[in-house]
Amino acid sequence: MRRGLVAGAVALGMLGLSACGGSDAAEGDDKTISIVGFAVPEAANKNIADEFVKTDEGKGASFKTSYGASGDQSRAVADGLDADYVHFSVSTDVQRLVDAELVDPSWNQGENKGIVSTSVVVLGVRDGNPKDIQGWDDLVEPGVGIVTANPASSGAARWNALAAWGHITENGGSEEEATEFTEKLFANVVSLTNSGRDATTSFLQGNGDVLLAYENEAILAAQNGEGFEYVIPETTLLIENPGAVLEDSAPVAQDWLDFVLSKEGQKQFALTGFRPVNTAAPGTVDWDAVGLEPTDIKGAPVADDPFPEVPNLLTLEQDFGGGDWSGVADKLFGTGEDGQSLGIVTDAIAKSGKASS
Amino acid sequence: MSVSEDVARRAPARRTATHDLTRTSGIGLGVTMIWFSLLVLVPLAAVVATAAAGGLGGFWSAISNEQTAAAIKLTVLSAFAVTVVNIVVGTTISWVLVRDGFPGKKLLELVIDIPFALPTIVAGLVLVSLYGNDSPLGLHVANTEYSVFLAFLFVTLPFVVRTVQPVLEQLDPEIEEAAASLGASRLTTFRRVVLPALVPAIAAGAALSFARAVGEYGSLVLLSGNLPFRSEVTSVRILAAIENDNRSSAAAIATLLLLISLAVIVLLDVVQRRVARRG
Repeated sequence: MRRGLVAGAVALGMLGLSACGGSDAAEGDDKTISIVGFAVPEAANKNIADEFVKTDEGKGASFKTSYGASGDQSRAVADGLDADYVHFSVSTDVQRLVDAELVDPSWNQGENKGIVSTSVVVLGVRDGNPKDIQGWDDLVEPGVGIVTANPASSGAARWNALAAWGHITENGGSEEEATEFTEKLFANVVSLTNSGRDATTSFLQGNGDVLLAYENEAILAAQNGEGFEYVIPETTLLIENPGAVLEDSAPVAQDWLDFVLSKEGQKQFALTGFRPVNTAAPGTVDWDAVGLEPTDIKGAPVADDPFPEVPNLLTLEQDFGGGDWSGVADKLFGTGEDGQSLGIVTDAIAKSGKASS
Repeated sequence: MSVSEDVARRAPARRTATHDLTRTSGIGLGVTMIWFSLLVLVPLAAVVATAAAGGLGGFWSAISNEQTAAAIKLTVLSAFAVTVVNIVVGTTISWVLVRDGFPGKKLLELVIDIPFALPTIVAGLVLVSLYGNDSPLGLHVANTEYSVFLAFLFVTLPFVVRTVQPVLEQLDPEIEEAAASLGASRLTTFRRVVLPALVPAIAAGAALSFARAVGEYGSLVLLSGNLPFRSEVTSVRILAAIENDNRSSAAAIATLLLLISLAVIVLLDVVQRRVARRG
């Protein structure tokens, strides 16, 4: 009797296991779209989905979603997580899927170059800006504490470091000067978190004077009642988040991507703080194209100009050798291991630690 | 009669002769091994195999990277320090909980387990709000090397307490009284009678708290600031290696951590046997 029970329990367990394995077969429903993305656009994607199902293409579509850290999500898809559409923070995370033969290599050849949402790097400051932070040069002053995600452990944080680097190199400075600036900047870092989300939390808990952040996250945070003041430096970098459809996905996934790029899709991104994709003039907002008034954007510091024009807006494409990061990835962020050269930023971070200890 | 039945009928006799296992315990052992293999041995083997993929040179270059080495040193030293503190404080706390009666004792019993129950990221948030720059206590530990020690201390508190407590409860105070009546001083009684009985439990708790500390991530990641050469721990280096698609490096660092934990557990076991024998 006892033995029968044990055998029964084992059999049940096996059944449970095989049932788990079998659920894959139920997928492949051609109206289900699996979205895998980084955490920030979740709210926008949800609103876009609500609009998408009202269209002819999207009628009857249902969604499965998974949101998390961009790099983690990309690795999960490369390792077999089911996805039809991916939306990442940096294009290198899509490149990983191209290398894994999951995304067509021509994904970034369209008019939008594979980019579905954009924003800019900003400097979060304490209420009233007590340290009078106006731009990058104020960050390397003695006594200024900086909080940022770590470009070594968070791919998304590379936007921050590249913006700081570009502030020197694209304003007439030499690479030596930019290297020196980067080292000074990281010497002032008081908290180097593993994700943008952690950096914001750390800053809101009282660490540091300046948070290297993204405009859209600052606006979204304000909408959620945990906002912070921020300054847009005169020279800053356009953040471009890529989106792509996987090769073996149903046709409805391509319809979804088209809808995300349409007026309606970009409108929802704008409402949650992203600057709408503007291929003609990147980073500037054509309000008619998205059917919004400036005052529709809640949570921005200036209500009638939520996305102020940046005097010197740098882009990967124009200033850093292309949207695929190939022009700067090794030079700035190489790990110095595994045959890679030691990147300037990686080195600056290491030096900052040695100097202070 | 089929062959299988025949085998089944004869099998117990043979097993009894060699291994002393009844059929029920044989099935039990089988289930244990399958369970253990699926959940522990296979993933561990995968980690070691990934580490080995980089070859010995790859393994060495991963763990000898200056920044990684500094992180390993900080992690292991902090884990050691925390374990030593836990051995003393944890034993004391469980002594107080078992031998003393005081108002609020039940409540304290509950509170001890909170570090277990709290999701580590919540623990991290609590710690950073208490010891960060806005500290209501005026203690600014955040973003220093001490933050790692503090976070470890928080999450490992229950281990020694919870392993020692049940043993202490079983220990009959009459034995101590007997020792006293035979002329032993309180210190001698503690050293020769109580401690040897507690040492296996203390060692088990210490091993758990060391191993937990070495792999800790969630509770300190906000508090420590992850500053290289200063407050960056090993798990953060592993994460950085993964983010750079350098899995063999990540696995190499993880394997080293495993080996260190294993060494400490074995060492504690040896110490415990020695002390138990001497007692």
